[in-house]
Amino acid sequence: MDLAAVARRLEIADLYAAYAACLDADELEAWPDFFTEDCHYRITSAENYEAGMPLGLIYATSRRMLKDRVSALREANIYEPQRYRHLISGIAIAKDEGNAVDVEASLLAVRTMQDGAMTMFAAGRYIDRAVRAADGWKFATKLVVLDSRRIDTLLAIPL
Amino acid sequence: MDQHGLTWPKEGNARVPYKVFADPELYRAELDRIFLGPSWQFLVLANELPEPGDYKTTFVGETPIIVARGEDGQIHAMLNRCAHRGNLVCLKAKGHTNDGLTCVYHSWRYDLAGNLQSVAFRRGVGGKGGMPADFRLEDHGLTRLRTSEFSGLVFGTLSPYAPPLAEYLGNQIGSHIARVFTGTPKVLGTTSQILHNNWKLYVENVKDTYHASLLHTFFTTFRVSRLTNPGGVGIAENGAHHFSYTQGGAHGDQAESDKAYAGIQSMRDDIRLEDPRFLDVVDEIGDGITIQILSVFPNFVLQQINNSLALRLVLPRGPDETELLWTYFGFEEDDAAMTERRLQQANLVGPAGYVSMEDGAVGGFVQRAIKGGADACSVIEMGGHEHLSQDTRTTEASIRGFWNAYRGLMGL
Repeated sequence: MDLAAVARRLEIADLYAAYAACLDADELEAWPDFFTEDCHYRITSAENYEAGMPLGLIYATSRRMLKDRVSALREANIYEPQRYRHLISGIAIAKDEGNAVDVEASLLAVRTMQDGAMTMFAAGRYIDRAVRAADGWKFATKLVVLDSRRIDTLLAIPL
Repeated sequence: MDQHGLTWPKEGNARVPYKVFADPELYRAELDRIFLGPSWQFLVLANELPEPGDYKTTFVGETPIIVARGEDGQIHAMLNRCAHRGNLVCLKAKGHTNDGLTCVYHSWRYDLAGNLQSVAFRRGVGGKGGMPADFRLEDHGLTRLRTSEFSGLVFGTLSPYAPPLAEYLGNQIGSHIARVFTGTPKVLGTTSQILHNNWKLYVENVKDTYHASLLHTFFTTFRVSRLTNPGGVGIAENGAHHFSYTQGGAHGDQAESDKAYAGIQSMRDDIRLEDPRFLDVVDEIGDGITIQILSVFPNFVLQQINNSLALRLVLPRGPDETELLWTYFGFEEDDAAMTERRLQQANLVGPAGYVSMEDGAVGGFVQRAIKGGADACSVIEMGGHEHLSQDTRTTEASIRGFWNAYRGLMGL
């Protein structure tokens, strides 16, 4: 592995760390900035993914749709105060094209409600494609494949 | 009437004692009298089991069920409980089999209609053991449900007293189911939600046309649907089933509508979608109904929100827990643009739905609020005290209809 490839691995690890920190710190307004303008973002279950079903619990085909998601969460949707803690591990570059990489990673999100109740809310993997843009790496595709088909109560904050 | 330790309030269907959402004894009685009683339960879309040998498991209330397409091409439904000693026969949620269903415990084997085909070591070993000589395979099949299909939806019942399905649904509800099925259904995906509330709180929510644009502020804020759009509710005679409908989408008199919503917390005037492609709507049915939410007693919902079509099955999991199973579908005849439209509009519904995520939580809020309030009642008087069809959605008539049918079956 050449040094540039090593550097990319570190950059991609940083990308996921920053992504998790953004969501977990409730900086949702900054979340769309992790994506390209014409990104694809989808949350689905392993059951749907393995059956080739195209459904997304959240399904977006542009960064502006992600912004709309955030403004709906902030201005329209009603849900109890809650926070996630994302643990992202096993970040593996499946394909390295230099300025674009296919990446897979495991995720675990623990959800904590205002009364302190904690739930193992989501476990699964990211199947992503990141591309190098002028201002750093961006996700062109983020596919969140959850191990379970079940969502406890609701899924407001993105994963 | 005093049944299950409960006397229903004299106001009738306009009052519901909170006890019915929390009492474990009432819950057990509901499983027997409603779910295993003379009602029809949604089982599967016929198209989900295209080939003989395809099977899927589901539930009638809490009771596990196998639905399979048999070698005869017919859909059969039976208890997922071995006739021997009660083990689950089907362990997988769905699959395909070429040689029937075999219980893993003692290898009793059934065909896809539930008939017992063979019993391991039936004749014993070396002339010892085995089943008595008078044991007859035909006496020990899986318990079968009566099944019936309507518009590609397969329903089942364990009760001999349920009327024929078409009669159970009635013409009006039947025609509003049929209008949605303009093609051959094709599943786009499934999901489920665990709701921390009694199943009836979700059913009330489905039938509640009053809350839609108030709780779901996305509807109002982004002018997707308002109570000021023309619409109404159709209710089965005994109240059991309903459909609500909205006509004309976001059009109509905007100024008049804004005035009606002025001062209501759900109204924000300064927000617009940056990428409204997901609201690119086609009137595919051609009758001007943009939103139709339809329920079949006790726990099935058919949803048409613009081009987002879904089935919802409300499964009781205890007095204060419910699983809501979603099956999103389109049609085999859809072109790529229509499929994309349905996927985009699916953002409106489901656990993360712009106009449905609140429904996942609000039942739990009620469940928490009624603790210690077993003697108190809800007030359901919007639109009067009857459960008749109305050409307005500012009514709770279909909720009263549900309670009318519920009380009938429960003897309350």
